[in-house]
Amino acid sequence: MNSVYRARRRRNWIAMSLSLVATLFGLGWLVLILAVLLWEGVGGLSLQVFTEMTPPPGSAGGLLNAIVGSLILTVLAVAIGTPVGILAGTHMAEYGRYEKLTSVVRFINDILLSAPSIVVGLFVYEVMVVPMGHFSGWAGAVALALIVLPVVVRTTEDMLNLVPNPLREAAVALGMPRAYVIRHVCYRAARAGMLTGVLLAVARVSGETAPLLFTALNNQFWGANLNAPMPSLPVVIFQFALSPYEDWQKLAWTGALIITVTVLALTVVARFLAASRKEQ
Amino acid sequence: MVDTALISSELSAAATARAAVLRRLRGSDAVFRIITRMSVYCVLLILGGVIVSLVSGALPAMRTFGFAFLTTEVWNPVTDKFGALAPIYGTLVTSAIAMLIAVPVGLMIAIFLTEICPPWLRRPIGIAIELLAGVPSIIYGIWGLFVFAPFLQRTLQPFLIDVFGPIPVLSSVFAGPPYGIGVLTAGLILAVMVLPFVTSISRDVFDAVPPVLKEAAYGVGCTTWEVVRFIVLPYTRVGVIGGVMLGLGRALGETMAVTFVIGNAHRISASVLAPGTTISASIANEFTEAVGDLYTSALITLGLILFVITFIVLAIARYLLMRIERRIG
Repeated sequence: MNSVYRARRRRNWIAMSLSLVATLFGLGWLVLILAVLLWEGVGGLSLQVFTEMTPPPGSAGGLLNAIVGSLILTVLAVAIGTPVGILAGTHMAEYGRYEKLTSVVRFINDILLSAPSIVVGLFVYEVMVVPMGHFSGWAGAVALALIVLPVVVRTTEDMLNLVPNPLREAAVALGMPRAYVIRHVCYRAARAGMLTGVLLAVARVSGETAPLLFTALNNQFWGANLNAPMPSLPVVIFQFALSPYEDWQKLAWTGALIITVTVLALTVVARFLAASRKEQ
Repeated sequence: MVDTALISSELSAAATARAAVLRRLRGSDAVFRIITRMSVYCVLLILGGVIVSLVSGALPAMRTFGFAFLTTEVWNPVTDKFGALAPIYGTLVTSAIAMLIAVPVGLMIAIFLTEICPPWLRRPIGIAIELLAGVPSIIYGIWGLFVFAPFLQRTLQPFLIDVFGPIPVLSSVFAGPPYGIGVLTAGLILAVMVLPFVTSISRDVFDAVPPVLKEAAYGVGCTTWEVVRFIVLPYTRVGVIGGVMLGLGRALGETMAVTFVIGNAHRISASVLAPGTTISASIANEFTEAVGDLYTSALITLGLILFVITFIVLAIARYLLMRIERRIG
């Protein structure tokens, strides 16, 4: 074999080994992060975490108010963001598929999808916190809703675009009005995909911290009052992790474990839903 | 004998009932259509609202400092002197470090997944890499602060200082005591966070290369690497750049992970080992404690600058990705 062949094969071998190394490198990070989270977080995991309030430094406590706050904020954000997102996605896929407006909105929506979430926080601060005069759970929920919205718009539009046209034509041929066709035929056909979108949005929102820092702020106490500052798990983690107190840092790790497990579980479920749909 | 009058009245009653139902349906149809259209405007309104509110919030600072805001390094809340140069510099440098690492590694992973990975392993590895994107950024932050930064302080940073110490220019880039936290640490963590974006988009566009092209190249005796280098990469260039820009948009705006590990020092230092700050980290750290309208306004101006930069980057990314989608579809 001449030297040119050998050099080419060597180069190929080097490149392919590098790509294997890169993959192991990428997977290594995931394993490393999860391992550290488990190592640091499992020790602090006890019933107490779910039944007691966040403690003052130096005493024992749990994360109950933060977990409940996060749940309330997430549910509200999804309740506000999902309907608007689904309706907007519906218009883009069903009524205005070939309109100029649709491509403009799609472009803008894609940008909102990856816009820095801290800017959303600033926006909500300007339009809600300043006029109301205080931080509030509502402002936090709206900020999160603004992050849910583009995710839902995008998946709804994509999924409705995948619904085959003969379904619509058959329904219209039976004399159904357009809105009826959309609600009872298209939504039903695209249900799994749309649900995936909502799940992904929930996963994204439940770990978001930046937009909550100056909208919902934080609160040491039990708070179901949406007009007052509201605790949330990510913000509590942020505050506790950066504190000098060891027991606070311990709780931060436990909270981090809870969030990560939740988010990753949601992501995996969403992926399976999407995959099972593709196979149908 | 059937009463014809009765039948016709029944028929007309049925017809009016039918007309009423149709009218109602037409009405609900129109209402539904209008509601969905409103929701579309809502999306537009949000973007408009973000821009308007940021600009109006930034006005006091812009009026006071003018364009000098962009070129001043001083950030002093006590004397109300603010300049955005240090955060802008920090944002650009951390993102540059992140892209420098994430782009080659991400591309190599995509090449592995599309070219040499056995099919049954593709999905699990793909999902694992995407989970890396699903991990909330605050987790990267806490992990970076407690695990990664001390690790760097003990190993990589002293090594860099020793190795590059005697070399003229590089010695100032890697100068100073190993703090652990700093610009380099933030850049490395950003690299891990951006990696999945680069990987998943590159993989998708690599998969879209027509098999005929690759088969033809293999047919004339190319090695796998040569097929990737001379067929796949040129064919997918636009899409790959789009994916990279999308990742860059993420890196520029990333807040929590960076806030934990960058050290929050409003100064520009030649060394990447020194603490610095980024736009988003400054806002996250200082906004709730900002007293005085000018301080708040300066932070909102930072937010506006960040939004403008990411908007441009993301717009370019979307434009490029749209172009390749059109070509493939």
